[in-house]
Amino acid sequence: MSDRPLDSIEAVFREERGRLLATLVHQFKDLDLAEDVASDAMEAALKRWPVDGVPTTPLAWLITTARRKAVDRLRRDRAFASRLAILHIEAEQLVPAPPDPETNDIPDERLRLFFTCCHPALSLEAQVALTLRCLGGLSTTEVARAFLVGESTMQQRIVRAKRKIQSARIPFRVPEGQELADRLPAVLHTLYLIFTEGHAASTGAELVRVDLSEEAIRLARILHRLLPGEAEVSGLLALFLLVDARRAARIDTTGELVPLDDQDRALWDTERIAEGCDLVVVALQTPSPGPYSVQAAIAAVHAEADSVETTDWVQLVALYDVLSRISHSPVVQLNRAVAIAMRDNPEAGLALLDSLEASTLRDYHLLPAARGDLLRRIGLKEEAASAYRAALDLVKNDRERSFLLRRLAELRPSQLP
Amino acid sequence: MNYMLLIIGNQDAQPLPDGGRSLMEQFTAYHQSVVDAGVMVDSNVLDSFETATSVHVTQSAEQIVTDGPFAETREYLGGYYILDLPDLDAAIDWAARCPGARAGRVEIRPVALIPGS
Repeated sequence: MSDRPLDSIEAVFREERGRLLATLVHQFKDLDLAEDVASDAMEAALKRWPVDGVPTTPLAWLITTARRKAVDRLRRDRAFASRLAILHIEAEQLVPAPPDPETNDIPDERLRLFFTCCHPALSLEAQVALTLRCLGGLSTTEVARAFLVGESTMQQRIVRAKRKIQSARIPFRVPEGQELADRLPAVLHTLYLIFTEGHAASTGAELVRVDLSEEAIRLARILHRLLPGEAEVSGLLALFLLVDARRAARIDTTGELVPLDDQDRALWDTERIAEGCDLVVVALQTPSPGPYSVQAAIAAVHAEADSVETTDWVQLVALYDVLSRISHSPVVQLNRAVAIAMRDNPEAGLALLDSLEASTLRDYHLLPAARGDLLRRIGLKEEAASAYRAALDLVKNDRERSFLLRRLAELRPSQLP
Repeated sequence: MNYMLLIIGNQDAQPLPDGGRSLMEQFTAYHQSVVDAGVMVDSNVLDSFETATSVHVTQSAEQIVTDGPFAETREYLGGYYILDLPDLDAAIDWAARCPGARAGRVEIRPVALIPGS
């Protein structure tokens, strides 16, 4: 037994819960059963560990205990027994196989769970919720809070998704070959949604919800360990690290949003940038890099520059050209227009923004915000002001709203109190 | 486990030629592959939706018979397969291979297990 302090029990749970659950799901082929005995085991740990100390191999302890709890339930709980019978699980299978305490060699089954939680037959909302709940260390309450929905709504969403997994028999398996290539984007997209919600919350008072971006990085690290050869996984992790590296500089001491131009680059996290840049190099060593790898390369170009003026905008426009060929998102076109404005002149960017007016970006606040920014740069204050006002009509996040208000106020200094 | 693949057609859809084979030829080939794989439980093609009749019995036991399928939509049920498959991924695979998925779409419904049956 180690002499780890007792307050680390929660940290151990956070670290090991996903693996514990994945191992049990793999054995029972039933998420509910696995969750039940996983909580039984963690409850037991909460009683034993404060007395005995945290075991040297907590995961092995939890798996062994969970399996014993399953046997206990099997003996006294008829409903439980009949469910196991439906699943063709024999009691002997529940008897713990002692893991090797020397090597702590327990197979990591989390990859299966990733593909189940992010199965395309589940709604995107359910994929995000299940992934955070099963693979992240988040409780239903925390997941609900993170997405600003009521706890009962989130509870319902998770229950419905679990019911579909069971009734439609969504398998716990890692797809192979072409199927892996088909399914991986859904897993990456789910992690991306978690990260972006953490990085730029779509609604609410705070711009950054650190918990969610940290959680997305943690999950991407796990996925990268499980699929080291997948370039897009490296690209996604790189993208997260490089974007998150700017976190301290994105928000000032009063909580206000600081645009890239004005950020104090000394505040950027150099460790994350170095790790991200190394991963980008790996991610781009493939004949046709995917969208996350190219976005990570774009973030790396920004990360390596001392200022907006010395940023390699030629390289950035080239990367946006590559990105717009593989991703048809109009947001890419918007960012490409801004990069062209920086490389050439604001007028060139404005012309491209005009061509986006009719696209699905019509209701996206960053389109008029970008227009306002370029108009401001060429001194067209009136036009810039009306663009910022258009952006204000569309923005939903309070911090971004106050940033736009500041920009608007800067255009009309005479009218300030 | 049994899955029902509902083959949903669309009145507005243009039939897609696949290497010069007609939709009927494609379905014949698909049907044979389902039989060869040993997963077939049942299958039928439904006659045109224009031959559909809907029946509803009201609370006062009045029988209301109307011409046409139940829902006012451009989509219609053209046929079905019931296949015995291990899991949803296998069902998705068979649905994707069905010519109906290209001509329209295929809805996968797990056949419910009625307790005690």
